[in-house]
Amino acid sequence: MSKLGVILSKEFRQIIRNPAIIRLIFIMPVIQLLVLPNAADYEIKNINLQVTDHDHSTLSRRLIDNISATGYFRVIGYGSDRDLAMEAIEKDQADLILEIPHNFERDLIREESARLMLAVNAINGVKAGLGGAYLNNLLRQFNGDIRTEWLQPDRLQKPFSITTTFTNWFNPGMNYKYFMVPGILVLLLTMVGMNLTAINIVREKEIGTIEQINVSPIKKHHFILGKLIPFWVLGLVVLTIGFLIARLVYGIVPLGAYWTIYVFAAVYLLVILGMGLLVSTFSATQQQAMLVSFFIMMIFILMGGLYTNIDSMPEWAKWITRINPVTYFIEVMRRVVLKGATLGDVTKEFAVIIGYAMLVNGLAILSYRKRS
Amino acid sequence: MRDRRTLFILIGMPVVQILIFGFALTNEVKNSGFAVIDLSHDERSAQLIDELDASRYFELRGKFQSLESLEQSFRKGQVRIGIVIPANFGKDMERPGGAALQFIADASDPNVANTLINYANAVVVDFEQNITGEKKMPFTIQTETRMLYNPQLKGAYNFVPGVMAMVLLLVCTMMTALTVVREKELGTMEVMLVSPLKPLKIIIAKAVPYLLLSMLNIASILLLSVFVLDVPINGSLTLLVGESILFILVALSLGLLISSSTASQQSAMFISLIGMFLPTVMLSGFMFPIENMPLPMQVVSNAVPAKWFYIIVRSVMIKGVGLKHVWKETLILSGMLIFFMTMAIKKFKVRLA
Repeated sequence: MSKLGVILSKEFRQIIRNPAIIRLIFIMPVIQLLVLPNAADYEIKNINLQVTDHDHSTLSRRLIDNISATGYFRVIGYGSDRDLAMEAIEKDQADLILEIPHNFERDLIREESARLMLAVNAINGVKAGLGGAYLNNLLRQFNGDIRTEWLQPDRLQKPFSITTTFTNWFNPGMNYKYFMVPGILVLLLTMVGMNLTAINIVREKEIGTIEQINVSPIKKHHFILGKLIPFWVLGLVVLTIGFLIARLVYGIVPLGAYWTIYVFAAVYLLVILGMGLLVSTFSATQQQAMLVSFFIMMIFILMGGLYTNIDSMPEWAKWITRINPVTYFIEVMRRVVLKGATLGDVTKEFAVIIGYAMLVNGLAILSYRKRS
Repeated sequence: MRDRRTLFILIGMPVVQILIFGFALTNEVKNSGFAVIDLSHDERSAQLIDELDASRYFELRGKFQSLESLEQSFRKGQVRIGIVIPANFGKDMERPGGAALQFIADASDPNVANTLINYANAVVVDFEQNITGEKKMPFTIQTETRMLYNPQLKGAYNFVPGVMAMVLLLVCTMMTALTVVREKELGTMEVMLVSPLKPLKIIIAKAVPYLLLSMLNIASILLLSVFVLDVPINGSLTLLVGESILFILVALSLGLLISSSTASQQSAMFISLIGMFLPTVMLSGFMFPIENMPLPMQVVSNAVPAKWFYIIVRSVMIKGVGLKHVWKETLILSGMLIFFMTMAIKKFKVRLA
């Protein structure tokens, strides 16, 4: 163990003597954790609506008033020129166009049916889908209101009717930050951990100090462990700072136990650090190591289930998410923090991540050669 | 450039990324697991369940008897929404008060929960109308919805411009971020400094090879988008390429600025990768619409170069509009370029003194 001790004290000293890096390791995640969760909110509000009204009737005006009264929509333009409306969409000023045709009111009264046209800027699927759905619901409601007003009660009775109620479990306030803050914490931890280790060994190669270690009596696994442990400790410190921020700034207290997350995180960090070391042993320059780790991280992060829905992905992409450690940690984090899951509830994820840790670190030890 | 392996990574990486993300990423919500607690077990309830299962948004993953087992399933992450169908559902539908349905959403991801609730509502309304059938209600307003630019709601239309902005920015910044600082670390910087070359010339010389490489990347990304991902280029190709080159120059000069203001490759890397990655993903607008953010965040997002480029690519490539509509964004990117470039040269000069 004393050999390991020597290596450890060398690595720790190296880290502490580089204050620039230490500052970056702590300051960058803290700033991002304070700023970024505020940006993530899908709750669609302020949908910009352009109205093209060819009817100019009392009814059409009432409809528009109704829509702007909900607070979801902002009527940014009103006119009867179709090209003007299209231009508003092209300029990104409008998300939706509602077109009210000629004789809308008259048709509805005389022919008992009238038509409205809705055009959605569908480049961003979420906004298009949700915005369109909101407006459709709103129009249906408006339709119902008019019926009640215009009809005698006996004709109003629908032959079949269903009333629907909705309940939101686990996060009744629909607070997006409860979901985003723990998720972003996972991503930051992953990036810091992988980046630090990915360039570590290759840096010693570039500077040439690796030769000194190679001629010393230090065993391969001592060397790898000596590289892992300091960063593992750093990672747990970053995690703790993250939880402090989550608690003090965002008021997020996990429903489950902190220790469940820490146990999982301890193993997870080994996976990420091991991957970094693996990249490092295979790279010739720091630039290479950085590019490769960036490549891996970008895939892991974008496909980790925090930003996009895994259920919506094609089957082959779901396989990528199954070998993605980030997916597992985000899932565990979400369940423990919001649903109060215990270690027993996440045994599957836990087993996968343990297996992963052994595989990656085994490979890292095997692939590190003492000869160049 | 003599480093074959690095070159291979630099050219291959954007290709792989655009392919994976273009096909896999979508912020549409579909195929979400749902579970039923059916206390009615009649024809109508079976019909409703079928209809939900048949829609592209939902996929039946479980039938339970109690709320406890539903909760258990939520906790295991198997389903995202549950439906409670009360006893006598079919009969109640025809009674004056109507039948009551309850949807329970797993709101740990509020975005998905919100979307699913909207979709579930729409399916129920459809179901109701199907049963009501031919018998038309008086005074009906029909709505015809058209999806502009992206009728099939493909994720790639949104993600290709987004990923393009992200990959180009990060790769270009990273490439140059290491160059100057690397020479500092290796000690070859001294040689440069005593040579008669002007700082501006050194900086330009550093950027040119990477500019060429990045243009190769643009070409491969655009070819893949059109021929593999079926994302059309509706606007002018010249304009699109011109804007891309402008954006690359912004990224390269940002990299140079980072490089000349840091002391080690590790710091340069940390800033260009960890410092920029998440902000670019979250604040450029392709993941989270910028109009939805609180005002301070909207202001912050203006500093993210990828935001402007994303708007430009989306406008030119998908909407097919001309320079007339994106001159403002172009001007902002040019301003950023000048700013980063001057700062980089300035920092470089400080070292000379």
